[in-house]
Amino acid sequence: MAEHRLLTAHVGEEGLDTLTGYERTGGYQALRKTLGMTPEAIIEEVKASGLRGRGGAAFPTGTKWSFLPKDVYPRYLCCNADESEPGCFKDRYLIDKNPHQLIEGLLIAAFALQVHHAFIYIRGEYHDQRLTLERCVEEARAKGYVGKKIMGKDFDCEIIVHGGAGAYICGEETALLSSLEGYRGQPRLKPPFPAIKGLYGQPTVVNNVETLSTLPHIMERGGAWYKTIGCESSAGTRLFCCSGHINRPGVYEMAMGTTIRELLEEECQGMLEGSDLKAFQPGGGSMQVLLPEHLDLPLDFDAVAKAGSSLGAGAMVFMDQTTCMVNVSMRLVDFYHHESCGKCVPCREGTYFESKLMHRLEAGDATLEELSTLEDICDNMNGKCFCPLGDTATWFVMSAYKAFREEFRSHCGAAACPVRHPVVMV
Amino acid sequence: MTFTDSLRSTITALRDRYPQPRSAVIPALWAVQEEEGFISAERFADIAELLSITPSEVESVATFYSMFALKPRGKHFLLVCTNVSCALRGSDDIVERLETRIGPSGSTSADGSVTWERTIECLGACGYGPAMQLDHHFVENLTPDKVVDLLEHTENYLPGKGSAHHGKPGAHEAHEHHSEPTSEHEESDSKKSRRRSSKR
Ligand SMILES: Cc1cc2nc3c(=O)[nH]c(=O)nc-3n(C[C@H](O)[C@H](O)[C@H](O)COP(=O)(O)O)c2cc1C
Ligand code: FES
Repeated sequence: MAEHRLLTAHVGEEGLDTLTGYERTGGYQALRKTLGMTPEAIIEEVKASGLRGRGGAAFPTGTKWSFLPKDVYPRYLCCNADESEPGCFKDRYLIDKNPHQLIEGLLIAAFALQVHHAFIYIRGEYHDQRLTLERCVEEARAKGYVGKKIMGKDFDCEIIVHGGAGAYICGEETALLSSLEGYRGQPRLKPPFPAIKGLYGQPTVVNNVETLSTLPHIMERGGAWYKTIGCESSAGTRLFCCSGHINRPGVYEMAMGTTIRELLEEECQGMLEGSDLKAFQPGGGSMQVLLPEHLDLPLDFDAVAKAGSSLGAGAMVFMDQTTCMVNVSMRLVDFYHHESCGKCVPCREGTYFESKLMHRLEAGDATLEELSTLEDICDNMNGKCFCPLGDTATWFVMSAYKAFREEFRSHCGAAACPVRHPVVMV
Repeated sequence: MTFTDSLRSTITALRDRYPQPRSAVIPALWAVQEEEGFISAERFADIAELLSITPSEVESVATFYSMFALKPRGKHFLLVCTNVSCALRGSDDIVERLETRIGPSGSTSADGSVTWERTIECLGACGYGPAMQLDHHFVENLTPDKVVDLLEHTENYLPGKGSAHHGKPGAHEAHEHHSEPTSEHEESDSKKSRRRSSKR
C-alpha cells in the first residue's frame, strides 16, 4: 500500500503556504464549522477519533484536553514545534509545506479549550520556519481568523510565535514552559501536570505540530471517520521521517498499521545499491535499535513497544552493514551529554561518564571490564533521572550492546574499527 | 554604550506581546544578536532593565542556550550537523574539509568571512544530509566540493540567491520527498561520499 495522504494531501500545489492557496483546498472551513459547536462537543469528537499525540508519548489527545480543571482561567495552549529528536524533520516539513493547516488546528484547539493566548514554541534553528509562521499568523489576522471576534463569533485568540535558541530539552513539555516563561529550559516535577499548573501557573495544554495539524481533518469529517483509518490501537495516519542508507529519504505519510517493510521498500525504495539492512531505529535517537527481523512489524505504537522499542517521534533511521554500532552509540551518547540540562545528577554525571567511555571504546582504548562499567552507568541512570532525557540516553546504547555484543567487545583494544576494517581470517 | 533606539523599541514591542514581560528574554537576546552580531555582557543589563529582571537572570538564559554568540563571529556562521543520519551520509568528510580549509571547529577564516562549528545537535534535515545551516538557512545534500564552493561563493547559498539548494522552499516542487541534487556532477559526487570516511 502506498502513502495515505491526509495532512500532506495538497503538498506540491501552488501557493499552499499562503492563506489564499490554503483556502483553495478547503482550508479554514473546519474552523468555521467548529466555531459553531460547543467546546464539549469538540472534545468528544477528538476523543472519538482515537487521535494519540504525535510528539513522542502517544497520549490520547482528547483525554489530555479533558484534564483541564473546570472554571480555572486563563488557560494556555502551546504548540510544541521544538522538534530536535535526532532523525526527525516532519514538523519542519509540515510548517514549510502547509503552515496554515497548523494554525487552523491551533485555533480549533484554542476554541475547544477556551484559550485566548496560544503559543507556538519553535526551535531556534527553524529560523525560516518561524518567519513563515509569523507571516501566516498575520495573513490570518488580516482575514479576521486571529485576534478579536474570530470569524465574527464571540471568540478572541492571539497567536504568539516564540523562537527557542538551541536546547533539545525544551521539547520536554515542562522545560518548554520554563523556557517560554523566560528561564533556563529545565524540566519541572510532575505532578502537577501542565493541565493543572502549566504556563504562568495556569492550566495549559501542550500539543505537537502534527497532532494539531490533524485537527482540521477530524473536525471536517468527524472523529468516527478518522478512526476508520489506521489500526485498532493507533488511529489515523502518521508522518514518518526516513533517513540513512536508503534510496529515497524523505517524509512519508502512512496509515498506521502498514508494515515497516512497506515503508522501506515502497516509499523509500529500499536500501542503497550494495547496502544490506543491518539495523534501524524506529522512533528517533532516543529509541532502541531494531533488526531486519522486525521489518514486518506494523506501524503501530503498541506493536513496536512490544518488540522492545517505540515509534517515538516518527523517525526511521536505516543503517547498512558498513555502520558501526559503537560509532552510532557514541554519537547518540554525545548528543545526550551535550543536551543534558544539568538539573539532576544521574543525567548530568551519567552522560559525562557514558560519553567518555564511548569515546575510549570507539578509539579502541577501552578494556572488556569497561563494558560492564558501561552497563553499570546506564543502570544507574535508567529510571533514576529527573526527566526522560537521562533515561533515553541509555536506551539506544544498551539495546545495541545487547544486539551487537560481539561488535562492542571486538572494539576493546582494537587497532582499527573492526566493522569498517574487518580482519580477514587466513 | 547602551541600546540603539531601534533595539529598545523592538524589545519593548516584543515584551508587550506576552502576558508576562520576562517571557521576552529569548526574543530580546535574539534581537540583540541579529543587530550586533553577538551579545556582550553589557546587554544583559540593558535587557534586564526593560524586562524588570536582574542582569544575572538574563545571563543565566543567554548561557543556557547553545545558539547565542557571546563573543564576535565571522561575517557568516556555518553550523555542521554530525548526528547519526548525517554521519551515515558522510558528515565526517564535510567536517574534515572545513578543518583543512578553516581550522578546528570554532575557528574563523583568516579573512573574517566565516566562523564554523560542528554540532552534535540534529538540525532537522536528516533526510537531506549531510546538512548544515548557513546563517540559520539550511544547506543540504552537502559534499566536500559543495562546501568549498560555499566558502568561495557564500552569497549564492543564501535565500533568494543563486541556484544552490537551501531549506526555504522556493518553487514548490511536487511532494518533495528527497531534495534533488542541483547537478549531475553533484549527484555522482554525493553517491561517492555517502559513507563515512573510513579513517579513524
Ligand atoms: C527530552 C524530551 C524531548 C521532547 N521533545 C519533543 C519535541 O521536540 N516535540 C514534541 O512535540 N514533543 C516532544 N517531547 C514530548 C513532550 O514532552 C510532550 O509529550 C508533547 O509535546 C505532547 O504533545 P502531543 O500530546 O501532541 O504528543 C519531548 C519529550 C522529552 C522527554
Ligand atoms: S542528523 Fe543531521 S540533520 Fe538530523
